[in-house]
Amino acid sequence: MMDKPFAITLDPGSSLANRTGSWRTFRPVYLDRLPPCNATCPAGENIQGWLFHAESGDYEQAWRILTEHNPLPAIMGRVCYHPCEGACNRQYVDEAVGINSVERFLGDEAIKRGWKFVKPAHQSGKRILVVGAGPSGLSAAYHLVRLGHTVEIHEAGPLPGGMMRFGIPKYRLPREVLDAEVQRILDLGVTLKLDCKVTDIRAAMAEGGFDAAFLAVGAHIGKRTSIPAGDAVKIVDAVSVLRSMEGEDKPMLGRRVVVYGGGNTAIDVARTAKRLGATEAIIVYRRTREKMPAHDFEVEEALQEGVMIKWLSTIRQAGDHQITVEKMKLDEKGFPQPTGEFETLQADSIVLALGQDVDLSLLEGVPGLEIKDGVVQVGPNMMTGYPGIFAGGDMVPSERTVTVAVGHGKKAARHIDAWLRGTTVEVAPKHELATFDKLNPWYYSEAPHTVRPMLNIIRRQSTFDEVQGGLDENNALYEARRCLSCGNCFECDNCYGVCPDNAVVKLGPGKRFQFNYDYCKGCGLCVAECPCGAIRMEAEES
Amino acid sequence: MSFQPIKFYQTGTFTVGNRLLAPEERSVQASIRRFNSINSGHRACQGCGEALGARYAIDAAMEATQGQLVAANATGCLEVFSTPYPETSWQIPWMHSLFGNTAAVATGLAAAMKIKGKKEVRVIAQGGDGGTTDIGFGCLSGMFERNDDVLYICYDNQAYMNTGVQRSSATPPAARTATTMAIGEEPGNVFGQGKFVPAIAMAHEIPYVATATVADLRDLEDKVQRAMGIRGARYLHILVPCPLGWGTASHETIKMARLAKETGLFPVFEAEHGEMKSVLPIRRQLPVEEFLKPQKRYAHLFAPTPRVEIIARLQAMADRNIRKYGLLGGTQ
Repeated sequence: MMDKPFAITLDPGSSLANRTGSWRTFRPVYLDRLPPCNATCPAGENIQGWLFHAESGDYEQAWRILTEHNPLPAIMGRVCYHPCEGACNRQYVDEAVGINSVERFLGDEAIKRGWKFVKPAHQSGKRILVVGAGPSGLSAAYHLVRLGHTVEIHEAGPLPGGMMRFGIPKYRLPREVLDAEVQRILDLGVTLKLDCKVTDIRAAMAEGGFDAAFLAVGAHIGKRTSIPAGDAVKIVDAVSVLRSMEGEDKPMLGRRVVVYGGGNTAIDVARTAKRLGATEAIIVYRRTREKMPAHDFEVEEALQEGVMIKWLSTIRQAGDHQITVEKMKLDEKGFPQPTGEFETLQADSIVLALGQDVDLSLLEGVPGLEIKDGVVQVGPNMMTGYPGIFAGGDMVPSERTVTVAVGHGKKAARHIDAWLRGTTVEVAPKHELATFDKLNPWYYSEAPHTVRPMLNIIRRQSTFDEVQGGLDENNALYEARRCLSCGNCFECDNCYGVCPDNAVVKLGPGKRFQFNYDYCKGCGLCVAECPCGAIRMEAEES
Repeated sequence: MSFQPIKFYQTGTFTVGNRLLAPEERSVQASIRRFNSINSGHRACQGCGEALGARYAIDAAMEATQGQLVAANATGCLEVFSTPYPETSWQIPWMHSLFGNTAAVATGLAAAMKIKGKKEVRVIAQGGDGGTTDIGFGCLSGMFERNDDVLYICYDNQAYMNTGVQRSSATPPAARTATTMAIGEEPGNVFGQGKFVPAIAMAHEIPYVATATVADLRDLEDKVQRAMGIRGARYLHILVPCPLGWGTASHETIKMARLAKETGLFPVFEAEHGEMKSVLPIRRQLPVEEFLKPQKRYAHLFAPTPRVEIIARLQAMADRNIRKYGLLGGTQ
């Protein structure tokens, strides 16, 4: 008392003695929510995760995070139908982030810079046979090798890639891109045997001393339909046409080509016919454009290139360089019904693109298998009814896309690994979805999406040059930075800034933040002002 | 606009921080070693706009002066919640003045620093709208007129909130307070009264006058930094929503400030020597209802019968601001 100035009786104190955290009835909690892109990716990519690194220009790290799930980004960036973009929350701000174009940029950058996968540190000593070097088989091989297993791929064809080589035309996927990404997987130590058709899976496994097998033979047999036809018209299937594009002898389709079917393969083959010099490439499809299974942007590109499409039509008869088409109409249930109206089209050849079947001959005599609708049934762990034989890709029930196949390969690899160790895969529960209502979109800059360059129409009609161009570094960076980082903290410092009580502790770059609950009053400003929805209020226990 | 907004970096300068910006382009508030001039443990309500605005402003001033700062603080919320004797939240030399004489006390502090030869020590006076626009207005005008070397910061929450939400001359028309008509048909504040002190400050032709809100941190920090780079009388008027007095949820404080600016009801601008220099343009223009509806102090405009004519008059005020200050800027 004696030492204090006049009229002062107490020592000065800091308000830190006042623990205002006791006022709180709700507390903010950091969390990661599942971004819709990640939730939709058939290959299970951590898209938000790799975009985060691309945003800061660390493309190699972005590529490494990407390839933890999918070893084929340059291919994906060209052929994936990017359901992620359809789910992207940015579409409610302006337009979806061009995830696919950034993926392609990263894939191309990796090829250009020669980035390699890291070899596994240990070997399990287990041997696994992968049948088929398509996307599913390659993906499985990649993940299995990284888990320390020895992998041998037996491929029936003369080159690896499966449908990526023998189904997807060059103008969508240049072969040097395919070759580079396949080679990088082989460089991990995968053995690839070409022209090595497996005819009896159990015999092949016994012969090679394999502990497990992953089958991914794809669906290569073009479906046929009976069309009453004379001798003069040539009827071929789309798969054969696309496959022969890879050989020396290009298919002879004539000047007027009719393609029968409405899927992506029908589009591919019609566009290929156009490039081979057909003056007319006409797709005949029995339903409407809305009902067409082909993706709309591919239909649009085909129409731009001069492909013609006859909707609501079926081929009734094929004669001497002409076919008879019957017009259809949709009934109340949306099924096409014949109308009895006919018309005649000139045609030198008919290409059937009516879907593909699986060659299941290698499974003959294997007990316990269930085959339904021409495909092998597998359990949730991708294993067939026969222990140790797993399957994926087009030969199991699923949507037949490259991305789904890659996802199957990854999933199967994890389950094969667990099965070999006598355990099961522990799947962490999925985070709750980061829906748009969880975000505060005010904070994102206005930024319309980047348009990818397209090849000019003349070259698209006459060459197999790649149609869609890629992004350069500038616009790839820009596109990556359009990501809203839904549900995952991207360290914008908003919570740290807007807290009126300094109750948010900044831990430094890459370490995010934590709450100081001694002083947090639970006002919820951090939650309301978090752009990406990475904080939630939770009731305090009373 | 007072600062160069940065675009296309994900969140640009909209968020407090941005890891994609160069360190020198980042805000003071984003810094891991910011001053926290007003520390944790203060007794402000949950979601207090004034506590936030004060830290934003004083931290920026501390950064601009390398910590050579003293402040005089009028009686009011900011003083009461930060410094109940013997505790204080302030981590700067800070002096509590009377309700009405902060500007004069700050003038004295500035004179003392000058006499002591401490030219580097800068002086801030701060108070709420009551202490500034009503009770302290004479001292404030004197400080302006003498061009004393003080930055006066008014944290405007539009009423006397500390004593239980009484009307001040900064209370907007139609807003209900404890002292506007408590019964009868018109519970809100009347039209045609009150004053906009930033305009009066401009009329003094002092070197620098600016307005800001807690919703635009980068703009606010830039204005404080500019003000600290100037000698003479300067005035910064910051809109700081009050959850208690406005009747909003504690998490809506920044949203309310944003809506006040986006509707045009609160113009954000800066002026030098009495002349307008720039405005922070409206980014996404909204009707005034968006600002009014979440607030209980305007609830009587919407129920039991919607008072469209009053809302229309408030919209006319916003439209007038937009016209007068050119708030649609070059963005439209």
